[in-house]
Amino acid sequence: MSALKYTKEHEWIRVEGNVGTVGISPYAQEQLGDVVFVELPEVGRKAEQGKEIAVVESVKAASEIFAPVGGDVVDVNKDLPATPATVNSDPLGAGWFFKLRLADPAQLEKLMDEAAYKSYVEGLH
Amino acid sequence: MADPVKGAIPAATYTGNRGLAIEEPLIFEQDMPGRCGVDLPAPAKVEDRLGGLRRRGPIGLPGLAEPQAIRHYTRLSQKNYSIDTGVYPLGSCTMKHNPRLNEKLARMPGLADLHPMQPISTVQGALELIDLLAHWLKTLTGMPAVAMSPAAGAHGELCGVMAIRAALEHRGDRRRRILVPESAHGTNPATAAACGFEVDSIPADAQGRVDLAAYRAKLGGDVAGIMITNPNTCGLFESDFERIAEDMHKAGGFVYGDGANFNAIVGHVRPGHLGVDCMHINLHKTFSTPHGGGGPGSGPVVLSEALAPFAPLPYVVHGNQGFSLVEQDDGGTSLGRLKGFHGQMGMFIRALAYMMSHGADGLRQVANDAVLNANYLMACLGEELTSAFAGPCMHEALFDDRFLKNSGVSTLDFAKAMIDEGFHPMTMYFPLVVHGALLMEPTETESKDALDQFIGALISLARRAKGGEGAAFHEAPVLTPRRRLDETAAARRPVLRWQPPQGRAAE
Amino acid sequence: MRYLPLTDTDRRAMLAKIGVPSIDSLYRDVPEVAWLAGPVDLPPHQGELEVERAIGALAAKNMGSSAVPSFLGAGAYRHHVPAAVDHLIQRGEFLTSYTPYQPEVSQGTLQYLFEFQTQICLITGMEVANASMYDGATATAEAVMMADRVTRRRRAVISGNLHPHYREICQTHARFLDFKLAIGEPDPAGRQDLAGLIDSETSCVVVQNPDFFGNLRDQSKLAEACHRAGALLIVAVTEPVSLGLVEPPGAMGADIVTAEGQPIGNALTYGGPYLGLFATREKYLRQMPGRLVGETADVDGKRGWVLTLSTREQHIRREKATSNICTNSGLCALAFTIHLTLLGEAGLVRLAEINHATTVRLAERLSALAGCRIVSESFFNEFTLRLPKPAAEVVEQLAKNRILGGVPVSRLYPKRPDLADLLLVSAGECTTDADMEALLGALKEVL
Repeated sequence: MSALKYTKEHEWIRVEGNVGTVGISPYAQEQLGDVVFVELPEVGRKAEQGKEIAVVESVKAASEIFAPVGGDVVDVNKDLPATPATVNSDPLGAGWFFKLRLADPAQLEKLMDEAAYKSYVEGLH
Repeated sequence: MADPVKGAIPAATYTGNRGLAIEEPLIFEQDMPGRCGVDLPAPAKVEDRLGGLRRRGPIGLPGLAEPQAIRHYTRLSQKNYSIDTGVYPLGSCTMKHNPRLNEKLARMPGLADLHPMQPISTVQGALELIDLLAHWLKTLTGMPAVAMSPAAGAHGELCGVMAIRAALEHRGDRRRRILVPESAHGTNPATAAACGFEVDSIPADAQGRVDLAAYRAKLGGDVAGIMITNPNTCGLFESDFERIAEDMHKAGGFVYGDGANFNAIVGHVRPGHLGVDCMHINLHKTFSTPHGGGGPGSGPVVLSEALAPFAPLPYVVHGNQGFSLVEQDDGGTSLGRLKGFHGQMGMFIRALAYMMSHGADGLRQVANDAVLNANYLMACLGEELTSAFAGPCMHEALFDDRFLKNSGVSTLDFAKAMIDEGFHPMTMYFPLVVHGALLMEPTETESKDALDQFIGALISLARRAKGGEGAAFHEAPVLTPRRRLDETAAARRPVLRWQPPQGRAAE
Repeated sequence: MRYLPLTDTDRRAMLAKIGVPSIDSLYRDVPEVAWLAGPVDLPPHQGELEVERAIGALAAKNMGSSAVPSFLGAGAYRHHVPAAVDHLIQRGEFLTSYTPYQPEVSQGTLQYLFEFQTQICLITGMEVANASMYDGATATAEAVMMADRVTRRRRAVISGNLHPHYREICQTHARFLDFKLAIGEPDPAGRQDLAGLIDSETSCVVVQNPDFFGNLRDQSKLAEACHRAGALLIVAVTEPVSLGLVEPPGAMGADIVTAEGQPIGNALTYGGPYLGLFATREKYLRQMPGRLVGETADVDGKRGWVLTLSTREQHIRREKATSNICTNSGLCALAFTIHLTLLGEAGLVRLAEINHATTVRLAERLSALAGCRIVSESFFNEFTLRLPKPAAEVVEQLAKNRILGGVPVSRLYPKRPDLADLLLVSAGECTTDADMEALLGALKEVL
């Protein structure tokens, strides 16, 4: 199990081989409140690092999800739209959004590791 | 000895009613086939001309007689808070008293029964009324022109932003960036983006106003304009407004003023003299037309010389032959039609009656008292609550949630507890520039007694929150027909209409 | 001043509490140059009596359509509104309440809007409806923009028989919101076939039923053609009373239905405030503009209602909102729903039958006039009459005889001489035999 990397916009990515699984952080789901809806990209869609790729909605906010790295969407979490609450209950596991085949693994270096993300979040208050 | 009264308060009643708080089902649950609330004669027998499209199945509408219908809606009304009930301190909404004279006049024969497509010769008085209201609006704002047709504030914003784009296109300019303060109401960026502009956010400074340096840094040859609210959504007058407007005009852009907070300055300040190019006015805010549970509103837009040529259709003109309506442009510069027919005439009548009732002197007093009432709230509440910015404020007072720190009570909980005290909560969590915002606009139609009671209640609540009663706040409200409702479930599994119960064949 | 409760004693006490000498000191952030020294150049305050006289004088210069025989339609229709409606909407708890953002103290508004949404679904034959928009015309433009979002295409086909105001608003939006329109020619006999204009770039086709000239058409084949091409069918209805008697757009395969709600519950008031109705299929729910009321329960398990799916709206999505609409038409929706509740199934059907029967009788009598011919092949309560001379002059002459004889098509199509002889004539339950006699008599003189 490889380590998680995080973006400033609170997405996480877990890379295995050349494929990264993407979701939102526990902090993000807490800020959003109860998630009511998710909009996932189509398989095959090309993602660009830092550009919008999905949408997550709670009762009080709607948030874009930005691709942590560029690549092709190879899989989406088909169960998620029917049970959006999973994003709240298991954001790092069953609440994953989509999987990307990385176009350029070097882009991962721009992201934060777990410790860096933790201090980043603490600094936000 | 047990308290006999407490013992007599039932946990539940047979009906579910609690005294005057009556439970009321849906009209669909009161349907009685054959019942009807109107009496209509039998139609003449004719051969129909429906082209074979006569309806094949039933509609499914319920039937109620008049007594049941009146009882239904009366009971529903009793579950609503309203200005007529009590203080409605919603920031930037200007929930002032709605004069009843205005309702009477809007229903006058010769006004209420005018069809929009009557020949112009038969509606001269109506066109004169629109023209007269336009005159009041232009005089109060110091602007040379006004577009009367937008239906609400957001619609007026659309009109203003479209006018800016039309003006830019007219001079062959392809600018695409619009500056919007981060404290702005959500309709501002939504409108700009809808019209193809890129929205660039300007931060607020520590005093809650547009950061002038940050603003200047964002100016450039691709800036189309700025959408700015004055007084702003923090309840503060943008003292740099003239400079902001001057800089924007020098850069070749336009200034859109969001007039939602006009109540603070009406009769004292003319936005036209500050450099505004277009400004929408909410007749349902500053000029008292009723909010009606969510509309209808009216959002006329005053326009500068630079933007007047692009005003939407239709508009009223006054010539030798009397009044007329220009409904077609013939290759002219108008941005086009935005609304069916001519505008929210029913709200024009009400707003004009309001203006005539107050007069120039009364309107000045309106702004004075609105600002006085808001500052009184700020002065009285400043100790127990935390003001977001140092005073004075304009017509609304902004607090943040620092006073609730470590109490376990959020702004939301605090607001819900106000409901049990008999008050509608103030605006919460807006503007976004302040944490846990509480934005209060009392308006000029609240008496000092009403304000003192309101202040006393808020101080009491603040003390209780700080005194460790957090659990009670989480339960609030407890005295309303419904307690906190599950908004998450409503959004996850939307039920947006009544359906007949399963097993009953669709009739 | 009767609306200002503060007295000078109050003001002094409040200024003292605030700690400033005068009101003017509260305005210290206003630059000198912007500050008005005295009241603006407008009249001073007046009592109720004077204001009533002034507004009354303006009203007296108009010919109210309820005082004379009136046959006006063209997108706004006069019906008898039961007395109870106006009494109920003037209850302070409805009239002076705000948008129901605090559901615990707005269950009245939320419940009637939920009932309203249901009624709209029932009469249009659709699955979900919103809590109202500004009017039928702007609702139709919003429908086009929604179709663009759903299909991710940017070219709409607009029937030439759509009400010109509706079409003009679509044109304004297309120009500034960067999408394209293909607009058909007006066709008074209502025979045009739009299927040929649909291609792989088409987001939607917009038709009106009954159309601007009165014609009723089965839109099912057009709906099929749209769906084969991946486009949406939008049907606009300017006279919802027609839905009491005519097959609804939902049954014909419409994807979005927009309508003007004014004819039910709302006075003509020279064109506003009116009421936009908007309904669609559940699968398009998240792209739907406007407010939505949804059912839920409170912490005690009691049924209640809330505004829901607000994340589509401007106050949350900001730049990404589906629409910038905020205030809509709440009180007009209340008037609509109360009137429709009083009518019920039996009442709406009968009202529609009376409207149609009256209009059929009028059409027969008018078509017997020398030189006159009914152009509309089918109609509900409005048809197009071809006159032997330009309709606008005829209407002016009739007005001088205190008859509002119909709407000349040239009022909305001033640059079309081929349409100048056409008159739109509407009738309904308010039309009496005496009214029809008066119109016929006057027309015989004028023509």
